[in-house]
Amino acid sequence: MTAITLDHEHEHHGPPHGLRRWLFSTNHKDIGTMYLIFALIMLFMGGASAMLIRMELFMPGLQLLEPDLYNNLVTNHALLMIFGAVMPAAAGMANWMIPLMIGAPDMALPRMNNLSFWILPAAGTMLILSFVVPFFPGGGTQINTGWTLYPPLSIQVGMSMDFLIFAIHLLGISSVLASINIIVTIFNMRAPGMKLMQMPIFVWTWLVTAFLLILVVPVLAGGVTMLLFDRHFGTSFFNAAGGGDPVLFQHLFWFFGHPEVYILILPSFGILAAIVPTFSRKPLFGYNSLVGGMIAIMVIGMVVWAHHQYTIGMSLGAVSYFMIGTIIISIPVGLMVFNYMATMWKGSMTFETPMLFAVAILLMFSFGGLTGIMLAVVPADMQYHDSMFVVAHFHYVLLPGAVFGLFAGVFYWLPKWTGHMYNERLAKIFFWTNVISFNATFFPQHFIGLAGMPRRIVDYNVMFTEFNVISSLAAFVFGLSHLLLLYIIIDTIRRGKQAKDRVWEGAEGLEWELPSPPPYHSWTTAPVLAR
Amino acid sequence: MSETADLGRRKRRTMWWLGLLALGMFGFGFAMVPLYGLICNVTGMQSVDGMSDLGRRMATAGEGPGAEERWVTVKFDTTMHPELPWSINPMEGKIRVRLGESRVVNFVAENHSSQSITGQAIPSIAPWQANGFFSKLECFCFSQQTLAGNERKDMPVRFVVSPDLPPEIDSLTLSYNVMRLQGGTLAAAQ
Ligand code: HEM
Ligand SMILES: [Cu+2]
Repeated sequence: MTAITLDHEHEHHGPPHGLRRWLFSTNHKDIGTMYLIFALIMLFMGGASAMLIRMELFMPGLQLLEPDLYNNLVTNHALLMIFGAVMPAAAGMANWMIPLMIGAPDMALPRMNNLSFWILPAAGTMLILSFVVPFFPGGGTQINTGWTLYPPLSIQVGMSMDFLIFAIHLLGISSVLASINIIVTIFNMRAPGMKLMQMPIFVWTWLVTAFLLILVVPVLAGGVTMLLFDRHFGTSFFNAAGGGDPVLFQHLFWFFGHPEVYILILPSFGILAAIVPTFSRKPLFGYNSLVGGMIAIMVIGMVVWAHHQYTIGMSLGAVSYFMIGTIIISIPVGLMVFNYMATMWKGSMTFETPMLFAVAILLMFSFGGLTGIMLAVVPADMQYHDSMFVVAHFHYVLLPGAVFGLFAGVFYWLPKWTGHMYNERLAKIFFWTNVISFNATFFPQHFIGLAGMPRRIVDYNVMFTEFNVISSLAAFVFGLSHLLLLYIIIDTIRRGKQAKDRVWEGAEGLEWELPSPPPYHSWTTAPVLAR
Repeated sequence: MSETADLGRRKRRTMWWLGLLALGMFGFGFAMVPLYGLICNVTGMQSVDGMSDLGRRMATAGEGPGAEERWVTVKFDTTMHPELPWSINPMEGKIRVRLGESRVVNFVAENHSSQSITGQAIPSIAPWQANGFFSKLECFCFSQQTLAGNERKDMPVRFVVSPDLPPEIDSLTLSYNVMRLQGGTLAAAQ
């Protein structure tokens, strides 16, 4: 799909100057940039909490953290990474790329776009306050529940939990607004003649993700609202003594929580669908089956949530259903992986950094999928549940599946966004340290998990020491490697050499028809699609 | 010009139905509260109470030869909520019971404070696989209990273990979590 662009250089007015440009921005590129910067800041904060966790776990016994503080860090780490880093980064990419890819001048609802971004710093502040408040006199107890916030414990936590509940409300509102905006854009703003089935897969993944967000985030909001009511207004949604049921919260949480994992990976899979064909110099294999696969993931993904709750005592019929459903989902997920592999098959591949990430992602994500299938098997999960094995599983799917995919996207599109090429040598050093230290951090956790080390506990049996030492040391390298990422990004913006319009020789799509960086207002006249 | 007005209308229409969808899902979360109990009852998923019905059904149905000869150990356990200055202890920590036979154990409850306090006991069975096969015919957990200041009271529990209890289970535990009620709701735990 190439575009014959006649004139799109309508730079009548550039960006406004100073703070107003950002505060009142309705420009999808500026808002996308702000999302990405916000996500990067949150990545470092979430990383800092992870470093503290690994420092404590370096040795058995209690060294530097109180048990409640340790658990508060675990909670905080998960929420910062999921809601602060991955989701905003993916939203930033959507903002930047969707209008460029579908030939739209901007997002459909630019003011709402401004709102959905500017809610985030407020929500992030609330989230961080929920961690900080217990350090002050009268601040109550730490949030020691983990990110799942199960009652009754979450009803007993001090007022920091109220900060967290409001933070979740705000984050939810922000992502629902952003999702509405994305769907309205995709449905109404495509260049004339671009059918849904001709959109780049990245746009498709975001369409599905946005629907998922609208379907499940409000349910989480409802769940935490009930939590708030139970805490302060004497209701008994989750109070056994008043006729409620704490397990109901688990159902509400996982009704959101399981689809959420697809919300986290789908945009990154969309990025892979752009990267893999470019560096294989072949068209994407099986476009239709990718679209079908992700719709199947969305539908089935919404009805398998209770595989996180096998141990609550469901009937045999219920656990069997959830087990089979969970295993079935791995079919469309696997299909997407196989499509990318088939795209590489017999292609003339080169391994620039985005492609290195793509190949590594497919390998490591598939491994995480396999441990997922182990966990899906009910009798096995009775043993693995709440062990470090689960921690290893979800880091193997989440880091490659979501985070590394975003890194790949940053390297792939950074030249387009900034107009400058990044330093390929540094980027390759970053790739190798990042991926090797990631594996050294999380691979040992499979073994200690299988051997019985529970998760979310500050201390452990001395027999687990060696693997925890390896895991911690590698984690410090992994954490520090992100400073290199930060350096590469700053270096690119400051000193990178001018990038070509079509940055990568094999790249296809409307975004490459525009100059690098694209003008402040792009596609003010819709591109004409060549058939 | 009319084309842009048209685009505006289309955008607004999509926006509204998506907004309604989001609101609907928020409502769905709350609708889960009644639906949840309903689904559990209809499908027989989980729910200790619903399952004890099943147990009663099976207690009469399962009268195979030799079934009456099986014995299991039933242990008792109670946990008081930190806010509740009570103790509730079984007269015997564990007993051997014959399947299909109804037995009574007495629990002694005592209020250690000088005020009258209402509490509610929540029963559970371990292992959970035994849930459907243990039925309580009489229990202080069926209703709220009020103990006057320093009152001491005997509270009997009558139960039957179904002869259909899966053969691999030879011991089970009946456990009570007892919570304090204030004005019909659980006391704030702080
Ligand atoms: C083949 C696909 C997958 C299967 C069969 C699968 C299965 C499971 C199961 C059964 C659990 C519950 C384990 C337990 O708590 O005992 C689990 C946990 C988890 N999975 Fe997966 N999974 C798959 C893919 C994914 C993906 C793609 C992601 C995210 C990108 C993911 C993220 C998680 C997370 C975050 C948890 C832990 C949640 C928590 O307890 O905090 N999984 N998975
Ligand atoms: Cu799941």
